[in-house]
Amino acid sequence: MSFASLLFQFLTPEFMLADTALLVLLAGLFKSTAQKRGMLLSLTLLGGIIAAAMLVLHPHYGNLSNGMVVGDPLTQLVKLTLLTLSLITAIFAAGSTVREHFAEYLGLILFSTIGMMLLAGTEDLLMIFIGLEMTSIPLYILTGYLKRSSASAEAALKYFLVGGVSAAFLLFGLSLIYGVTGSTSLADLARTPRAALLDPLLLAGVVMAMVGFGFKVAAVPFHLWAPDVYEGAPTPSAALIASGSKVAGFLILAKLLTIGFAKGTGSAAWGLFQPGWLPLLAIAGAASVVVGNLAALSQSNVKRILAYSAIAQSGYMLLGLMATGTTGISSVIFYVIVYALTTLGAFGVVSLVEQRRGGSQLHHFQGLHQSAPGLALCMGVFMVSLAGIPPLAGFFGKFYLFAGALGSVSSLYDGNLGLLWLIIVAVAFNAVSLYYYLIVLKHIFVIPTGAEPAQPSPRCATSVFVGFLALAVFALGLYPAALLEPIQNAVTSAATFAAKTAALH
Amino acid sequence: MPTEFLLTATFLSAFLGVLLILLLPVRFGAAAKWIALAAALAGFGFAIAAFQRYDMTPGAYPIQSVLNLPWVQHPNIGFTTGADGISLVLLLLTGIIAITGVLFSWNVTQQPRAFFALFLTIIGGVYGVFQSLDLFLLFVFYEIVIVPKYFLISNWGSTNREYGAMKLTIYSVVGSALILLALLGVYVLAPDHSLNLLSLAKVKYPSAFQLWAFPVLFLGFGILAGIWPFHTWAPTGHVAAPTAVSMLLAGVVMKLGSYGALRVAMTLFPLGLEYWRIPIALLATAGILYGALVALAQKDLKFVVGYSSINHMGFVLLGLVTLNTIGLSGAVLQMFSHGIIGGLLFAVVGRMIYDRTHTREIALLGGMNLAKAMPFAAFTFVVASLASMGLPGFSGFIAEISILLGAWKAFPILLVFAGLGVIITVAFTLRALQRTFFPAHGAAAVPHEDAAHEFEPITLPERLGAILLMAATLGIGLFPKILLAPIQWSFENPHSLMHHLIQEVAK
Repeated sequence: MSFASLLFQFLTPEFMLADTALLVLLAGLFKSTAQKRGMLLSLTLLGGIIAAAMLVLHPHYGNLSNGMVVGDPLTQLVKLTLLTLSLITAIFAAGSTVREHFAEYLGLILFSTIGMMLLAGTEDLLMIFIGLEMTSIPLYILTGYLKRSSASAEAALKYFLVGGVSAAFLLFGLSLIYGVTGSTSLADLARTPRAALLDPLLLAGVVMAMVGFGFKVAAVPFHLWAPDVYEGAPTPSAALIASGSKVAGFLILAKLLTIGFAKGTGSAAWGLFQPGWLPLLAIAGAASVVVGNLAALSQSNVKRILAYSAIAQSGYMLLGLMATGTTGISSVIFYVIVYALTTLGAFGVVSLVEQRRGGSQLHHFQGLHQSAPGLALCMGVFMVSLAGIPPLAGFFGKFYLFAGALGSVSSLYDGNLGLLWLIIVAVAFNAVSLYYYLIVLKHIFVIPTGAEPAQPSPRCATSVFVGFLALAVFALGLYPAALLEPIQNAVTSAATFAAKTAALH
Repeated sequence: MPTEFLLTATFLSAFLGVLLILLLPVRFGAAAKWIALAAALAGFGFAIAAFQRYDMTPGAYPIQSVLNLPWVQHPNIGFTTGADGISLVLLLLTGIIAITGVLFSWNVTQQPRAFFALFLTIIGGVYGVFQSLDLFLLFVFYEIVIVPKYFLISNWGSTNREYGAMKLTIYSVVGSALILLALLGVYVLAPDHSLNLLSLAKVKYPSAFQLWAFPVLFLGFGILAGIWPFHTWAPTGHVAAPTAVSMLLAGVVMKLGSYGALRVAMTLFPLGLEYWRIPIALLATAGILYGALVALAQKDLKFVVGYSSINHMGFVLLGLVTLNTIGLSGAVLQMFSHGIIGGLLFAVVGRMIYDRTHTREIALLGGMNLAKAMPFAAFTFVVASLASMGLPGFSGFIAEISILLGAWKAFPILLVFAGLGVIITVAFTLRALQRTFFPAHGAAAVPHEDAAHEFEPITLPERLGAILLMAATLGIGLFPKILLAPIQWSFENPHSLMHHLIQEVAK
């Protein structure tokens, strides 16, 4: 079979999305009316659902060009999640403040989704870079989409500059890695002998790559763009940055570290630091948890609160990655998916409030439980889940994440406290985080609305999907196995698959 | 119905009540209290049925009606519930507090749906904690209680409510963080990576781990039990809360802390317990004295009751660390007894008095001639005060005397101070009682403008609630065996989780 037809088989859903995006762009050339927005959205959804159906019904497992494109249950699961997140974002966009050039907006969401899906389905340094750029460039445009808003323009510029610099770091790091090992494939990297992994040039490459990823996932000290971008960008764009792009970013970071550099972990146990990527993760993770949670305490804009919360949540996930191995990957994937669903829902609520009340400051949320009790309840679910309070999904995610990291060095006595110090930091600052989530809820439920009359809340697709997401977060909290078991099975089978291909060579 | 489902039905009835109330259309909001009452009655009924079926024949295991359903495969978490005499007594308490709490909130008209939904959520969580045998499940139920408390107090509370609500929430969350930390350690070190209490109780954790994990876990639970000096959330929280929530907080939520300390911390870490026993006993005694002394100096009647909770919970903690059957049983009975008496006191002060007089200043109340204006409230308060002082014939007496007897064996020197606490308790209770209801001529010289005012008569739900609580404390005071027998049996049973430890201390 020719390479092209093989590639097509692996990437049918992505091709489908690209076709849809082009079709939507074409349809957008005609005169803009309110009905047409509905039509464009239906077209996008249709294409997306067909792509999802292809993913589910005709999964293609295997490995093309030494890991350039891979298909396994894990990538399938993550791609499906990414599609869901993007389609819900598109629905939110239809009911948001984005009015002009709606077709292009949808097209860009789809293009960015293709980037994320490529990113999820590769184990090759070159493709990682291409996937990240394909994800990011549409996101820069989506951020600056409100061309009459200076905040949006500023956010886009900031995001673009920071993103560009981080891409440069990443590319430089990846090229150093390639220069030392002579291969861009993660599987080849995994076979590099341990001694070669301590080559200073290679370590410099790893650190540079981590800097690049640190920007992408908004980990401290590379987080400074996040609050301004989340605040200035149109809310659906911020939602996509916070959900889809984060899922893809964490999956690929997990793959790079646990597959490519499985031997170069080092150690971050208290008093037993050894060079490798674990100490890097430990420092970035702990700093993100501390800085994100503390900075969120003094915010007055809900989008900024969500931005700092995103930084803190990235920190938890970086700590989760330290569990290494299959537990580490499954716990991080579970957590990032739950987090993406939760934060997407929260942005959906913010988007509706913005539209009805003209802003996303805390005072815009006052008395929301009177004018829109259902929406208020959903926001309650999202905030409480982000704070990690059971019985919502965020709690189980955190428990699994922390237990995995703590258990990776399972000797809490005989003098070696392992990663306990990190878990203490994470648990303590998680307790702090409840305060700012409660402040949001206090404005929604406790403080009565001012003179402003309670507007009637029209039923729209956005609120339906916000409700759906809240229900999902609640259900996954009651029965986490529904998502956890598929993830664990996928990770295990992907791991055995990787081991098999490694043995073949 | 099999007994294990009777246990599950207690919290399911509460959560079903929440669901029904949420589905209720806004214009039928007034029906919410009826749904809440039905759910509370059902829960209490299930608890009584489970209690009656408790099997105390020799050879039976103390923890009975174990229901074990798989929940998550990896990590190994089960939906495991079951109850022994200790759990059952506390389940009964929860049922009584749930019913009377609804009765004393019969006059809530502001957003009744939200109020009763949150109220029942807490009740469901509390029922769940008292029967969870999987520590993950226990923690889930334990945490369910936290967020509703915040909204109940900040939305329906009174004095300084937002401050009180946030303070209480922050203290609870700090406690939960400590518990979570210790539980993660327990989970990681457990040989089969499970959190099932029954299998964990057999694990011998290394002493280095126990020495730090025990105080972390005990303190985490202890904060909710009002352990001195981490008690300061309790008075402000109790005072800020609406009546039913004060009743809940003092009645059952504080017991979550002491129950967790007993069921989790003390069961899992016997070595840590031995090491930290004396410091905890000292803190408990300090709480007894401190609570009593501060209550003596209060001007606000609700603060008197609030600080008396610290005093009474000090007895519970002291009883727990005596580690002999009589002291431990006394501690569990004191949890029940203080739940009832504390609930009754808050009901009188918050609902009967404050809702009518709109003041809780003892000096002002003294000028209102309340003994004549509200004879029923006065009578109830007298009964509650007598019970709170530990007068023979009420449940408080038998509980506190057991704790003191236990402490006499374990900590003879501390007993002197705890006994002093009993005397000060009498003093502050009599002071509050006399100055509020039966002021001498001197105090009555501060006339209140409403002195001649006719107060709204005490309503039927209030009378019912008060009678139920008074009957409970009097009934257990006269027939303590009803509860003491299963409690003692649960401690003394050779299969008991604590049996080994009690034996060792006795040697």
